[in-house]
Amino acid sequence: MNRRLVVYNVGQIIKLIGVLMILPMIVSLCYGETRCVVSFAIVIAFSLALGFTATIVFKPDKKNLYAREGFATVALSWIILSLIGCLPFLITREIPNFFDAFFETVSGFTTTGSSILTDVESMSHGLLFWRSFTHWIGGMGVIVLIMAILPSESGRSMHIMRAEMPGPVVGKLVPKIRDTAKILYIIYFVLTVVEMIFLLIGGMPLFDSAVHALGTAGTGGFGIKADSLSGYSPYLQWVITAFMLIFGINFNIYYFLLLRKFSTALKNTELWVFIGTVLVSSGIITYSIYPLYNNFGDSVRHAVFQVATIMSTTGYSSTDFNLWPELAKGVIFVLMFVGGCAGSTAGGLKLARVVLLVKIIKRDVKKLLHPRSMPTVKLDGKTVDAATLSGVTSYFAIYIFMMALVFFILSFEPFDFQTNITAAVSCFNNVGPGFGEIGPMSSFSKYSDFSKLILSFTMLFGRLEVYPLLLAFYPGTWAKK
Amino acid sequence: MDIIIVGCGKIGKTLTQSLVEEGHSVTVIDISSTVIDSIANIYDVMGVCGSGTDGEVLEEAGVSSCGMFVAVTRSDELNMLSCFIAKKMGAQHTIARIRNPEYNMKNHTFLREQLELSMAINPEMLAAREMINILKLPSAVKIEAFSRRNFEIIELIIPENSILCDKSLVELRSKLKGKFLVCVVQRGEQVIVPNGNFVIQAGDRIGLTASPDEIQKFLRSASIDKKQAKNIMLLGGSRIAYYLARLLAVWGNSVKIVEQNPDKCAELSESLPKAVLINGDGTQQELLLEEGLDRLDAFISLTGTDEENILMSIFAHTHKVPTVITKLNRDELTDLALKLGLDRIVSVRKTVSDVLVRYARAIENSKGSNVETLYKIMDDKAEALEFNVSPDFTGIGTPLKELSLRPNILIAGIIRSRNAVIPTGDDVILHGDKVIVLSAGQRLNDLEDILK
Repeated sequence: MNRRLVVYNVGQIIKLIGVLMILPMIVSLCYGETRCVVSFAIVIAFSLALGFTATIVFKPDKKNLYAREGFATVALSWIILSLIGCLPFLITREIPNFFDAFFETVSGFTTTGSSILTDVESMSHGLLFWRSFTHWIGGMGVIVLIMAILPSESGRSMHIMRAEMPGPVVGKLVPKIRDTAKILYIIYFVLTVVEMIFLLIGGMPLFDSAVHALGTAGTGGFGIKADSLSGYSPYLQWVITAFMLIFGINFNIYYFLLLRKFSTALKNTELWVFIGTVLVSSGIITYSIYPLYNNFGDSVRHAVFQVATIMSTTGYSSTDFNLWPELAKGVIFVLMFVGGCAGSTAGGLKLARVVLLVKIIKRDVKKLLHPRSMPTVKLDGKTVDAATLSGVTSYFAIYIFMMALVFFILSFEPFDFQTNITAAVSCFNNVGPGFGEIGPMSSFSKYSDFSKLILSFTMLFGRLEVYPLLLAFYPGTWAKK
Repeated sequence: MDIIIVGCGKIGKTLTQSLVEEGHSVTVIDISSTVIDSIANIYDVMGVCGSGTDGEVLEEAGVSSCGMFVAVTRSDELNMLSCFIAKKMGAQHTIARIRNPEYNMKNHTFLREQLELSMAINPEMLAAREMINILKLPSAVKIEAFSRRNFEIIELIIPENSILCDKSLVELRSKLKGKFLVCVVQRGEQVIVPNGNFVIQAGDRIGLTASPDEIQKFLRSASIDKKQAKNIMLLGGSRIAYYLARLLAVWGNSVKIVEQNPDKCAELSESLPKAVLINGDGTQQELLLEEGLDRLDAFISLTGTDEENILMSIFAHTHKVPTVITKLNRDELTDLALKLGLDRIVSVRKTVSDVLVRYARAIENSKGSNVETLYKIMDDKAEALEFNVSPDFTGIGTPLKELSLRPNILIAGIIRSRNAVIPTGDDVILHGDKVIVLSAGQRLNDLEDILK
């Protein structure tokens, strides 16, 4: 284990986070929130000092970066990122409890969007902006951002990228990792700005547009109103719906579209499954909730909005779906597991894995019928190799185990079954809201500090897809030899 | 430049590494997904899994916009075919590895022209050439020629009790009265660009530039010249042995090849009438002694196993064979072999990747920079570059002693029309010259880069 290199890399991340915090500081400055400005300034100074110390003291003599260093860098970065990110909330005393602030920040970076705030509207603008900005940073990944900015020092940095980018297979768009990271961030940035423009056209105030665009882009879901997006016009809700779906799709497809490789873009199986799932589940929900609204337009809008928000694991809401009939809630619950496409900013199991799991089952059934047959699993017309397939199945196993474990721990809390199971599922899949006590119009504030800490780590495990953190907590990883 | 490499065997991998280090955008194609995964983990490249003759795969790898397409799979035919397809799909330069002697003799030019190949490389032939170079000039560890072959750089290790030991470079120059320049010295792990007061010690590995005649003169007067090899034994009847024996026969040397496989022996003895084929296990010391190991001028181990090559070279070394050349396949063994006292090592992979890196630079140069030739010396720790002097170089006409050069840079030679000039402080660089620059530890793209 090259510990110096890991600390050095983490130092770079700490520096970056200090620089990124300048943006919310400027926002506070615009709104004249002196306390916010001062606390951001303190945190920026602190993280820059810490970052420079780490990179100067721990300048690595060897630049060997193997898989374990990659995993350790990612795991440590995300934990330290969350610890530094929660400082502004603590220093301004707007969220005085450490566990609350940590939960809120982790929820931001992991793009979950679960909140412990009971009164969002009383928060200062700078902090609200920072909260949503964490979504944007965490959505594409802070380490991917570092890679886009700094020249890569080792060819092996693919290990880091793989640990941070979710999905069964992480590939590159172009040969150089730095160019790939740049392309991804450019697409991300442009789409975010486009959404902001659409929101501004619809008459949403500038601050609200910025915050919601950032929240949608990272598929996070922190709102700035107590009733999330219910109070905005149907046009704005449709814009948000469209962009939630857009950010739930694999970014590679946008790159292919830019290159005018339309056939390659449209050959993507996952895309069609995504579209199909959205259509079918929206249909079922519309049917289920029609009696509530007695208006086809409203029913469709709420149905599609909720499907988009849950599938892309964003977590905004246009209405309190906690009050919906059981059929609609059932569909939403199942969608929480599925998540968006691989290579997007969405969380969850990822549709690519669902597709592969179904194909694996089909293959195994075939194999039972014809024991001597040699069926292969194909995706997008290409054979998927055995290592990827076994990776998908074992990830599915650990995914179910983790959620069961978190659910079991939460069961010590005095809430009903529905609340606890959806809390575990929603946090692990980085969705945001659940049912019961943690519905879209309420918050996680009722949970104890211990459960909040557990849920914070659940979100981190979900965002990084378990293995990096699991390895970081495994003592053998840190062994000298 | 966008480069596509088809086939990630031993050569493909070394090539990928060198080209990525040069800063190129490399895409690799291989049929095995395991190989692709492992290579994409180690190097900053994009991997595409599939066959190099599959148009769709080539399209995915971006063949239409690639500047250089290299096919180095195991099969010559596949290499030729995929280069041909790539060329038709828009690749600018195509290079195929073609190693079967059948294709390399009369058909060579015909095939190259018909397939529109920019270059056909034969790794075994290149390795054989490199070995011949070593045999021609036994004292040099490595010898490379700059353009028009009137300027050479040699690397040699200073033996114990040499008259060069414990003398400063200024003393040496006046003593030997030669026109040469010691431009770089490797001592232990350190690479130094020496000045006139530098004192040479035994065991130093020095890089020296001069014209070919001067190099011979220097070696003779420094009495580290050994007699040219006449009596040579090759261990292992590989392809390299075949090419080497053919080249050596032209020089009139006596060549003995020890090969274990009787069929191969018969085949070689048919195609190499002048060589003596010995059928036996070359790792048996008894056999080698019986075949006159003690009387050899040169011993070259060419078996397929690196470990065997190293061990038998050491054995030949202990029997005082003057020149021992070791062929290695795996680069990571080079350092180990050097530590064991084997100083003449030829790595096929490195030879090929050197040639292709140079080729890639040449392509780049035609669009802007002006490096003519580039050699990596001192185990890749230093580079010797040949630049064309363009009229807008700011140092034109200024005496060298007045130019402020960056540290660890040395002007090692000037080629003016057909003459090699060993520069002194009073010499000037003129437009139209070729300048040889030695750089330790930094990359240069332009002659301007040498100035502060």
